Amino acid sequence: MTSQVSSPAEQADSAEPHGDSPPAGGEETTARPAAAKEVRRLDRVIIRFAGDSGDGMQLTGDRFTSETASFGNDLSTLPNFPAEIRAPAGTLPGVSSFQLHFADHDILTPGDAPDVLVAMNPAALKANLADVPRGGEIIVNTDEFAKRAMAKVGYAASPLEDGSLDAYRVHAVPLTTLTIEALKDHGLSRKEAERSKNMFALGLLSWMYHRPTESTEAFLRKKFAKKPHIAEANVAAFRAGWNFGETTEDFAVSYEVAPATAAFPPGTYRNISGNLALSYGLVAASRQADLPLYLGSYPITPASDILHELSRHKNFGVRTFQAEDEIAGIGAALGAAFGGALAVTTTSGPGVALKSETIGLAVSLELPLLIVDIQRGGPSTGLPTKTEQADLLQAMYGRNGEAPVPIVAPKTPADCFDAALDAARIALTYRTPVFLLSDGYLANGSEPWRIPEVDELPDLRVQFATGPNHTLADGTEVFWPYKRDEQTLARPWAVPGTPGLEHRIGGIEKQDGTGNISYDPANHDFMVRTRQAKIDGIDVPRLDVDDPDGAARTLVLGWGSTYGPITAAVRRVRAGGGRIAQAHLRHLNPFPADLGDVLQRYDTVVVPEMNLGQLATLLRAKYLVDIRSHTQVSGMPFKAEQLADVFKEAIHD
Amino acid sequence: MTETIPQGTGAIEALSLVPKAEAVQSMKDFKSDQEVRWCPGCGDYAILAAVQGFMPELGLAKENICFVSGIGCSSRFPYYMNTYGMHSIHGRAPAIATGLATSRRDLSVWVVTGDGDALSIGGNHLIHALRRNVNLKILLFNNRIYGLTKGQYSPTSEVGKITKSTPMGSLDAPFNPVSLALGAEASFVARTVDSDRKHLTEVLRQAAAHPGTALVEIYQNCNIFNDGAFEALKDKQQAQEAVIRLEHGQPIRFGTDLAKGVVRNAATGDLEVVAVTPENEARILVHDAHSASPTTAFALSRLADPDTLHQTPIGVFRSVDRPVYDGLMSEQLETAVVQQGKGDLAALLRGNDTWTVVG
Repeated sequence: MTSQVSSPAEQADSAEPHGDSPPAGGEETTARPAAAKEVRRLDRVIIRFAGDSGDGMQLTGDRFTSETASFGNDLSTLPNFPAEIRAPAGTLPGVSSFQLHFADHDILTPGDAPDVLVAMNPAALKANLADVPRGGEIIVNTDEFAKRAMAKVGYAASPLEDGSLDAYRVHAVPLTTLTIEALKDHGLSRKEAERSKNMFALGLLSWMYHRPTESTEAFLRKKFAKKPHIAEANVAAFRAGWNFGETTEDFAVSYEVAPATAAFPPGTYRNISGNLALSYGLVAASRQADLPLYLGSYPITPASDILHELSRHKNFGVRTFQAEDEIAGIGAALGAAFGGALAVTTTSGPGVALKSETIGLAVSLELPLLIVDIQRGGPSTGLPTKTEQADLLQAMYGRNGEAPVPIVAPKTPADCFDAALDAARIALTYRTPVFLLSDGYLANGSEPWRIPEVDELPDLRVQFATGPNHTLADGTEVFWPYKRDEQTLARPWAVPGTPGLEHRIGGIEKQDGTGNISYDPANHDFMVRTRQAKIDGIDVPRLDVDDPDGAARTLVLGWGSTYGPITAAVRRVRAGGGRIAQAHLRHLNPFPADLGDVLQRYDTVVVPEMNLGQLATLLRAKYLVDIRSHTQVSGMPFKAEQLADVFKEAIHD
Repeated sequence: MTETIPQGTGAIEALSLVPKAEAVQSMKDFKSDQEVRWCPGCGDYAILAAVQGFMPELGLAKENICFVSGIGCSSRFPYYMNTYGMHSIHGRAPAIATGLATSRRDLSVWVVTGDGDALSIGGNHLIHALRRNVNLKILLFNNRIYGLTKGQYSPTSEVGKITKSTPMGSLDAPFNPVSLALGAEASFVARTVDSDRKHLTEVLRQAAAHPGTALVEIYQNCNIFNDGAFEALKDKQQAQEAVIRLEHGQPIRFGTDLAKGVVRNAATGDLEVVAVTPENEARILVHDAHSASPTTAFALSRLADPDTLHQTPIGVFRSVDRPVYDGLMSEQLETAVVQQGKGDLAALLRGNDTWTVVG
């Protein structure tokens, strides 16, 4: 009974192998009255719900997460589902899972391996078993283990009977039967009743981990407000699952994971996913800039949720335009930018490819525009629901001509909020398109977020041009659309409707200052260099290097969503006595001014990326330094334990 | 043409949100300081002059007028208008203009495009702008050739066109832009000719007054790569027989002494041209641009022979009222405020499930 416990000395995403070794600490048994069941205290738990695509595993996971968030644990989640809406039932490719890591202390990742696996069918068991450490707990829905269902995924004999699960603590529970039995008075058909089995499972797990249940009951009543009998059936199944845990002897122990009070600075918190945080960041940026938000978008996984979310906030003056294609999505956004809106387009890698020409136009027009790329596995359609960081070079260079675009990357789901504000700051200040590079892991993953006070948010207000900005030799006052601000090199933003500033802009090369068409060789050379200089001169903070005693010879440098696993791995290495420095890039273009110096300070620089070494390529090219590139393109985030091994190796080499 | 609009008063309902000019304007006010760089003799000059000459009639503040174009000879148009303008990228002008028009209802937004720009690379954006009925006026300069790339056939070129890219003749069946627009649910579709200033201006007038997307196909001569493409419609002698002038509420008759007329074939429902006789005169179709159904307008668009251009109707095929996209979009924003109250950022960020950590 040790697998769910990590050593308190190693906070975070425990380095301790799961298995038979006794815990170093952190588990306490609470004495209870004789009749009560035993309650053990854990410092962290990783649960994975797995079932068919149609079994409602994402909803189950979301609800458990909500309960956990409101209880005050730190948490991190990893939804993992196929691209098909309803993949063939009972098959391995159709398995959908949701992993949740929660703790009484601050954690950084959804966890490497689940302590508890809930397997709703044979496919879910087969697809996930390899990830469960020996000694781990498995709850299986035995009702689904019919011969045919097992044969479908290649089980010749029942794994529940052939001894192959002997190394695990298996709870064989007829979830379907119990659910149907619990709902027999609800007047539902067998099929309807069966569909609540995920809520039965959720109830059982909620009992096991002492989760508060009010929010789930309220959620169900709201979700099925138009079908009260379905709402009541789900609530009944949920309660039946809870009661089953409490009464059946199979579940002798329940667990407490105390709120992570010490992990959180004072404040009010909520749980938030990356796409939601990003959406809120855009709404906040609009308010802080005092400009209406305009989203031009075309649905694409995993970015569509931002379109959905923003379309719900029309009362903030948010206009969302679902265009006929990706190109029209960004085109409409650019048109709105010309008109003076805070303009955004949201997409994923294949959509960026289609938008490239318009991004180039935005570079030439020098108008503010946010391009949100929720990266997914590529190339081509690739892995729509899986994560990757392989659009970095596309964002950096994927246009014709010299067309530099700033790149901002959030590092955690909640950080998507701040990153959106920062991307808006750059776009508005420098009158440029900006890439916001999130990814599928950040988009769908969630974590607690300290809700900022609105008056803490940055002031993003801009000045539109209001009158002439140039005096001709003859004394005439004129407006020059490409006369730049000396500090930022930004050109004036003169929006239609401003009298006297009528001007024409376009994708053809412009004369410096006047903006008139110019094919002059020297002017083109000047304009290309000036546009580059504008981006190179963007104000980005210095790199924050975490090197506790200043004695590390090895630096690990990451960007984007690898922050969680890298930081967890760094903690493990340090807990084992290893010396390693860590830095993380929010700005990929331009890089922080001191990046080159930082890289020079270390003998070894490790760059883990979910691509084939794109940041490493940029760093080598720009700074002529050797980079130890560690890459993974499995569509899944790095595991902290594996990264820790990579870092240890780098330190010792 | 029987319909006229009040001039210079800005009393057009479709433009009611656009601020009015403070002073009387002239054509000169709409000429930019840029040298016009089309080939000498290009039909684009005539269209530019017509548009610049017509604009003062609208009586709009010129800073609230915006021209957006794509790529091609015609798309240089915005540079020559002393209004706000954007020369964008190939085919995308309707999309960009949609963003501008839907976010700024106080602007009068015009799209200038060509047959390659609108119907080839930008075909998708054109049809979607039309079906949405965004408040855009789209001027499609159709010269039936690619001019800027030096003379390849276009999606409106006749079959068998010999060009640099089709030395043995083009194989593609052409689009009829009017038919296409009607099929795309357009609420306003018209056709005119570059050299007929009066007709062109009248069509612009009606397009400007139309709430929603107006598509105006303008036959435009490319004197370098497709000279004389519309000669059948321009030569006085030939035009008599070739051009069918559509006027709302008038019988559709054309030819010398209006000897020909359009009737509906009772058996097929299709339209056909007949010699007008006292017996059939009553059966001559009366043009109804405001008909709810686009069926007859479509049938009219099919009368022209794509090779010879004989029996080409010009004028307003269709002009019907339909809810305008940008208006609907604004209404939803207003409704949302009524239903949910004005957005409160702090409440949004807070959501429903929170917990507090006390220091």
